[in-house]
Amino acid sequence: MSCNCKNEPRQELENYLENGNKTESDLIPILQKAQEIYGWLPPEVLSLISEKTGIKPAKIMGVVTFYAQFRTKPVGKNLILLCQGTACHVNGSADIESAVKGELNTEEGEMTEDGLFTYNNVACLGCCSLSPVMMIGDKTYGKLTKESTVRVLNEVAKGVKA
Amino acid sequence: MRVTVGLGSCGIAAGADKVFNLLNKELEDFTPCGASAVTGCIGMCYLEPIVNIDDDVYVKVDEEGAYELVKLLKGQKNNALSYKASAQDIELLASQTRIALKNCGVINPESIDEYVLKDGYKAAEKCLKNMNFEQVIEEIKTSGLAGRGGAGFPTWFKWNAARNSVGSEEKYIICNADEGDPGAFMDRAILEGDPHAVLEGMLIAAFAIGANEGIIYVRAEYPLAIIRLEKAISQARQKGFLGKNIFGSDFNFDIRIKAGAGAFVCGEETALIASLEGGRGMPRLKPPFPAQKGFKGKPTNINNVETFANVPWIIRNGGEAFAAIGTENSKGTKVFALTGKIAKGGLVEVPMGWTIKDVVFGVGGGIQNNKSFKAVQMGGPSGGCIPAVLENVTIDYKSLAETGAIMGSGGMVVMDDTTCMVDMARFFLDFTCKESCGKCTHCRVGNRRLLEILERICGGGGKDNDIELLEELSEEIKAGSLCALGQTAPNPVLTTLKYFKNEYEDHILNKKCTAHSCKPLLTYRIIPEKCTGCTLCARKCPANAITGTVKTPHVIDSEKCVKCGDCVKLCKFDAIVTT
Repeated sequence: MSCNCKNEPRQELENYLENGNKTESDLIPILQKAQEIYGWLPPEVLSLISEKTGIKPAKIMGVVTFYAQFRTKPVGKNLILLCQGTACHVNGSADIESAVKGELNTEEGEMTEDGLFTYNNVACLGCCSLSPVMMIGDKTYGKLTKESTVRVLNEVAKGVKA
Repeated sequence: MRVTVGLGSCGIAAGADKVFNLLNKELEDFTPCGASAVTGCIGMCYLEPIVNIDDDVYVKVDEEGAYELVKLLKGQKNNALSYKASAQDIELLASQTRIALKNCGVINPESIDEYVLKDGYKAAEKCLKNMNFEQVIEEIKTSGLAGRGGAGFPTWFKWNAARNSVGSEEKYIICNADEGDPGAFMDRAILEGDPHAVLEGMLIAAFAIGANEGIIYVRAEYPLAIIRLEKAISQARQKGFLGKNIFGSDFNFDIRIKAGAGAFVCGEETALIASLEGGRGMPRLKPPFPAQKGFKGKPTNINNVETFANVPWIIRNGGEAFAAIGTENSKGTKVFALTGKIAKGGLVEVPMGWTIKDVVFGVGGGIQNNKSFKAVQMGGPSGGCIPAVLENVTIDYKSLAETGAIMGSGGMVVMDDTTCMVDMARFFLDFTCKESCGKCTHCRVGNRRLLEILERICGGGGKDNDIELLEELSEEIKAGSLCALGQTAPNPVLTTLKYFKNEYEDHILNKKCTAHSCKPLLTYRIIPEKCTGCTLCARKCPANAITGTVKTPHVIDSEKCVKCGDCVKLCKFDAIVTT
C-alpha cells in the first residue's frame, strides 16, 4: 500500500533527520516523530529513515513491531483507544468493544471503509474511576454503556462530516 | 481568596476543564479572587470535578454548579451548598497520611513558586550545601524507604551500589515512569500533580551517587504528565535548581524526558535501558546490575516515581520520622489506586500496616451498591487476588507476599460477587501474553498455553485434569523465565486457584459460572410470572431468539440465543434470569 507522501511531510522528516547527528539510540524518537507527521509508518518512510541514518532496515522493523505505539497500517481520521485495564474489564469493557465493533463494522487496528475511524484496544489509560473508558483523539469518554458508546461514535462521525 | 480546579487527567475526563474555563471567564474581572488556578488530582476521583474555594471543597461540580459557585463568590443568592463535599468525605481525606501525595491537588503543578513555598527544593539545598553523599545515603537508609515500583528493594542499597561502582566518572539517574500496570495510576497523578517533587528527588539521588544526567522514562499514554514535566524542568533550570553549579556548589545535573513507546516489559530495569538505547525493550540477565553496568554501559540508578517523590520529605524531616510511620519491616506510606467495584474509588495514601479492610471499607467507603466484598487484586498482572476472608491482612511487603500476592506498584482492584475469578485470571494472562517480549520460551509459549486452558475453561470446555495442568505449567513458567514479568505472570492463576478453587471446579465439572460472568456457561430464561409481554426484548434481540405475542409471557430459544445479555439489561420487570 502506498502512502500519500506529499513533499511537505517528507521534507519535514528529512529536516528532522538531518538536524543533529542521529544515531541508533535516537531510533524511537525518530519513529515517534515520523508517526506524528504521517499518522502511521509507511514502508517508504522506514526506508527513508534507514537511508538517512544508516540504521539497518531489519533493526528498524524490529523496533517498530515491538512497541504498541507504532502503526504499520494507515489509521482513520479518528483513532479510538479502548481501555482494557483491569478496572474497565471488571466494569464491562468487553461490551463496549462489541458495541464499537458492531457500529463501525471493523476489526481492531483496521480502518473503517469511510476512513473515519480506527479502533485499538489499549492497556490502562489511567482513568480507572470513570471506567469503562475510551479516548477519541485527545478526549476521554467515561462511564460508557453500549448505548452511550454508539451515541458518541455517531456524534464524532457527524462532526467530521459536517 | 483562592479558587482552584483539580485538573488531572481523570478530572478533565469528568469535565473539570469545562468548569475551569467557565470559572475563568466569569471571574476574570472579579478582583477578590481573580480567575481560578489549576491543581493536580487530590485523589477523590469519585467526586470529580472538584473545585476548592480556600478551604471549602465543592464536588461533582457541573456547569450548573460552576455558575452557583460564581454567584456564591459574588455574594448573590445561590445553591452552592448542595455541591459542598460531605463532612464524611473530608474526614476520609484527612484520615490518610500524605507524603508522596502531599502537594497533589493542593498546589499548582505548573508553578515552581508554589512548590518552593511548600518547602520545595529545601531538601536538595540541604544535601548540596550541608551534607556529603554518605550522609544522604545514610539518611535514606535510616528511613527504611523501599522501592515503590513493586519489588520493594531497599533504596539506599541501590544508591550505595551505584555510588561505589568504580571505573566510570559518568553515571546516570533514571526515573521509571513507565506505569503500565492496568488499574494503576499513582505515578500519573504524582507527575501531573507535583512534578517538582520527582525532580527534587532525582536531584538528591544524583548528588548521592554522583550522576550528572537524569532521564525520566515516561509512558507516551500520559501526554499531560509529559507537558507538566517539561514545564517543571524548564522552570527548575531557570531557577538554577538544574544545570551547572547548583546552589553554588560544584555539582552539575540536568534532566531530560524520554517518552516510552508502549511496552509493559519496559518497566523492568534492563528492558527500560535497552529501550532508552533505541532498541527493542528486552530484559537481559542480571548481574551485571544497572548499578554496575546500566545505560550506555555506565553505572545507573533506576527508581520509581513514587520512590523519588518520598525523598525530599525524608531529607527535610529526617529518616527517623519516616521510619516512625509503618511497620517493623515496611516503613512509611504507600499510595494505592482504588478501583473496580469500590464505592469511593480514587487515589489514597495510607501508612504501611493498615489492613486491607481499613482501606476498602475505610477510605474506600466499601463496595458499590452494597454488594458483598469478594476479593481484591493487588500488584496487577504480577500480583494476585486476596480473598475477602483475608481482609485483616496488614499492608506490608511481608504479609502481602505471604498471601501469594505482592505489594506491587499500588493498583488495588476491588471485586464483588459478580466478578468471576477464573475470568480474572484469564484477563491477566491475556495481558501478559500480549506484553511478553518473547525472549524466554517459557514466558512466550507457556503463558500462551495457560491462557488457552483458561479460555477453554471459561468457554465451557474445561477438562478433568485442567487444574493440575495449570499448576504444573505455572511453576515451570516461574522457574524458566528471566525477568519478573515471566516469573510473576502465573501469580494471578496460582492465587485464584489457591483461594477460589471451587470456582474453577464449578466451571470445569458443572459448567457453571457462579458469578454469572462467563457468558458461554449461562442460560437465559424468562420467568413467565414476571413477564408482562411488553415485546421489548423480542424486538431488540440481535439473534431473534425471543418469541411471544403481546401481553403474553415470552420464551427464549436457547438454541438461537447468542448469550449477549442485552435482554437482561433491557427488561424493566427483572423477568429474565441467568442460570
